Amino acid sequence: MSKNILLYSAIVIFGLVAPFVFPAFKVQLSILCVLIVLATTWNIQGGEMGYNTFGNILFYGLGMYLCASVQVGMFFPLAEWTESGGEKTFVHTPAQFFQGMAVGLVVAAVVPTIVAGLIGYAILGLRGHYFAICTLGLGVAAGEISGGIEIIGAGQGFTTPPFPEVGGLEARGEFFYFLSFGALILTFVAVRAIYSTRFRLILNAIRDNEDKAEAMGIETMKYKIIGWMVSAFFCGLAGGIMGGLVGYIDSTDVAFDGREMGVFMVLMAILGGKGTLWGPVIGATVFHIFKEGFWTFFLGWQYVALGVLIVVIVIYFPEGIMGWLREKYPEKFGEVIDEKDRKAQVELK
Amino acid sequence: MKITRIILSFISAVVILFSTSVTSFAKVVGDKIVLGAAISLTGKYSSNGVHTQNGYNMAVDRINSMGGVKVGGKTYKFEIIYYDDESNPKRAAQLAERLISQDGVEFMLGPYSSGLTKAIAPVTEKYGVPMVEANGASRSLFTKGYKYLFAVLAPANLYLDVAIDLAVEKNNGKPVTVAMAFEQDAFSQDVRLGVLDAIKRTGSKKVIDDKLPKELNDMAATLVKVKQMKPDVLVVSGHTKGALTAIRQIAEMKVDVPMLAMTHCDAAKLSKQHGKNSQYALCASQWHKTLTYKDNFFKDGMKYAADFEKEFGYDPPYQSAESSAALLVFKDAFERANSFDQKKVRDALAATNMQTFYGNIKFAEGGQNVDKPMVLFQVMCDGSGKCENKVVAPTKWASAKLIHPIPKWSER
Amino acid sequence: MITVQACLDGLLLGILFALIAYGMALQWGVMNIINIAQGDLVILGGYIAYFMYLYGIHPAWGVIVSPIIMYFIGVGIYKLVINKVVDRDLFISILATFGISILFMQLMNFAFGADVVLANSGYGTTMLFDNNVTLPNSKIFSAVISIVFAIGLVIYMKKSKLGRAIRATAQNSRAAKILGVDTEKVYAATFGINAALCGVAGALISITFTIHPYMGLPYTIRSFMIVIVAGLGNLPGVAMSGMGLGVFEEFADYILGTEFRIGAVFLLLVLILVYRRFKLSRKREYLK
Repeated sequence: MSKNILLYSAIVIFGLVAPFVFPAFKVQLSILCVLIVLATTWNIQGGEMGYNTFGNILFYGLGMYLCASVQVGMFFPLAEWTESGGEKTFVHTPAQFFQGMAVGLVVAAVVPTIVAGLIGYAILGLRGHYFAICTLGLGVAAGEISGGIEIIGAGQGFTTPPFPEVGGLEARGEFFYFLSFGALILTFVAVRAIYSTRFRLILNAIRDNEDKAEAMGIETMKYKIIGWMVSAFFCGLAGGIMGGLVGYIDSTDVAFDGREMGVFMVLMAILGGKGTLWGPVIGATVFHIFKEGFWTFFLGWQYVALGVLIVVIVIYFPEGIMGWLREKYPEKFGEVIDEKDRKAQVELK
Repeated sequence: MKITRIILSFISAVVILFSTSVTSFAKVVGDKIVLGAAISLTGKYSSNGVHTQNGYNMAVDRINSMGGVKVGGKTYKFEIIYYDDESNPKRAAQLAERLISQDGVEFMLGPYSSGLTKAIAPVTEKYGVPMVEANGASRSLFTKGYKYLFAVLAPANLYLDVAIDLAVEKNNGKPVTVAMAFEQDAFSQDVRLGVLDAIKRTGSKKVIDDKLPKELNDMAATLVKVKQMKPDVLVVSGHTKGALTAIRQIAEMKVDVPMLAMTHCDAAKLSKQHGKNSQYALCASQWHKTLTYKDNFFKDGMKYAADFEKEFGYDPPYQSAESSAALLVFKDAFERANSFDQKKVRDALAATNMQTFYGNIKFAEGGQNVDKPMVLFQVMCDGSGKCENKVVAPTKWASAKLIHPIPKWSER
Repeated sequence: MITVQACLDGLLLGILFALIAYGMALQWGVMNIINIAQGDLVILGGYIAYFMYLYGIHPAWGVIVSPIIMYFIGVGIYKLVINKVVDRDLFISILATFGISILFMQLMNFAFGADVVLANSGYGTTMLFDNNVTLPNSKIFSAVISIVFAIGLVIYMKKSKLGRAIRATAQNSRAAKILGVDTEKVYAATFGINAALCGVAGALISITFTIHPYMGLPYTIRSFMIVIVAGLGNLPGVAMSGMGLGVFEEFADYILGTEFRIGAVFLLLVLILVYRRFKLSRKREYLK
């Protein structure tokens, strides 16, 4: 147990000093936090529950638009802010900015949760690839439709309120870094707490055999919806933060970015190892470092690389890094392996 | 928990990786002035992104080979760090941050498209990095009070309002009916606003106001409405795909309108792809090679077009010309500021008043170029089916007379 | 008149969708693979026709050349990637083909540029009802070609040896294997035929609409939708629901506005799935 405490305090300390040790990497670190949140919450569906969703991007985008809208709408007429002409310029005072952001983030987290609860019953009744495609459709439809709504900027996009002039040049980066780091801690603690309860076992039962789980008297639908609502809560939060960080919201390219974020979160979770607590965290970190480190050197070829990467990961490493480690060093995961049994299995294969 | 050790070692690996990645501070190294630019090399804007990049490169080569930039008695050469923004605003904002905070770039060039410029502007503004951009025309860029943003091009709302004025003029000053179809993106929506203003000003009436999706490749529904309503003017804007789709379907459905005005005709190579079907289309353009502006580097538009063609093998669209002009503006500002201090360069930029082959450049308070009108050209074909873009408005540069109204399909 | 125009436009468009969807139904039924790259194969087929047009060959010949080239590309994709995901979880195939889709988009961007292109057939226009309804001949041409190919394929599946082997594999791959069918070969052929159908559809799209590297996904979603409405292995159903979708899209254009067209298609997909789920859940079943 003492080792665990050591580990967690090491991470927290690293997280707290990181923006000051690596000031140039603040934005990348903030994005890393958001990515980890997304991968971890995707894992609740895709890893633990066996419901491979492409639809969590819906909550992320919703959160992004809601946070920005609330932040503007609390103090100024939203329609004039987003009106494409932009003849008038409104400036948030620092107090307004932070109040708006706080309320916006709460709304950004709560509303998607409610939405998940409302649509959950209909959508989560689908299984397997029907669920996957349905959620894919949901995400893309949300992007297309929000691109037609005038009040949130439609095709013009939505410029989020600029950071007020408080503190130094680094204040904005630090603010968003700590916001996203806080969201990360919150998500991780919450998910870890959930995983230590019976809830995780129920989700795993649904993944392994939903009919049998139902036959045993578990109200699977209820748990599936609750699981989705948890994901929606944190995805919405992450979206709200990301909106402020990027500073400009576009319906299909930033908010409901199913082609990138929507796929990335799946990929990161699979890369790290789905169905584990640490897998998505490691997957997201590796993915992000790889992406930031090597992406720019490809100058144009990065999507070719991404396509190949997806195919290779999916075909050759469907168990991910954690799965691979587990296979290699089962003892370290506290598993006891019967050598005879293992041999028998190898022969069977 | 044995797994702890694995994770701990993993984290330390991350820490080491972060701390060893050296941040290089480039800005002005030796005799080089390093500019940063995020350009769309992949994604939906990649062809226009390449036009932009070619324009930048062309100007950099030209300026460097003609003596470079003289600051404080020393000559410097331009160099550009390019990143690929994947046509994605989120990525563009990240890359701007990266260029400034990690690569130490102190001066930026703009990306392609209004949406991406909108994403980058808050970042450059925050760090006080002067950015001269050549491809973000959306009006909302210039009303946000940005101090470090300068655009060599006229704002998007001026693209097509001339066309409405022209239609009213041809209608003996009486109001006209207008049908509009605009893509759902920052640029096209701004063009729409300009048209709306013009409609209001001339007391005209809009009869159709459609928005086209980004994945547009079928606008039959809009055109059917046009056939029903018979407006005097049809205005279409949706980057290159809007222009191509509109011409194809107008020809196929035999839609008769007296005036057809659009954007992005030259980038879409309209006259080449559609030949005679594109005849009579009116196109808004920031620049045309026959305009008679002059400078010391590229001489004039015709010379620029010839040089560009020699280097890259195609006729330069205005996206390339305006990108080249951005570099000329930077050079001029550096020399007048006689310093690499960002504030001083910014003030010098704000005081710019010069002529380039691309047009006169003088920035208003908001950063937009106010000294350069838009031109309208019309696609005209001769008997053998060879089509050319001829400037028809404003009259100062007109090389041909506007053909109005467009002959009916049954009479062509 | 608008209604007539919309119906005709929609029907002609829908036949084209149905052709793509038929390919998807085929390989889904036989190999149990959902191919997200379907739309990108279509676009690639379109580029083949476009290049013939560029070199002065009439693009209509594309409907012959493009499927031949696409067949081999399809077999190539099968050998490289698909054969490794055939008997695995469906989600693996979705993700793997998603990777292929991204790869294709980018390679097409490099090869052909991100410009929107089209091939001109020069077919002219048919006017109906006092010139109030116009039907571009290229659309009629593409509908006719689609029908010819669909019927040809049905006959081929019924009569030829390979066709019978494909149907046998679809019904029970293990039994087919035991009875001497080389399922590996059948799978490759099936994927090839699917790609060839996409090639035909792509060539037709380049003649009637426009193509550029990034517009594949809506075609994938449309064909998926048509297949789940019609069910696997139900060709008349595929044709009917394809046309239905075409008409729906045209009307969504008029009623909701063009900006919501794609959104409406995707939303319809969600609604259909949810509707079917509720219908089945009364019998305590779910979509399989």
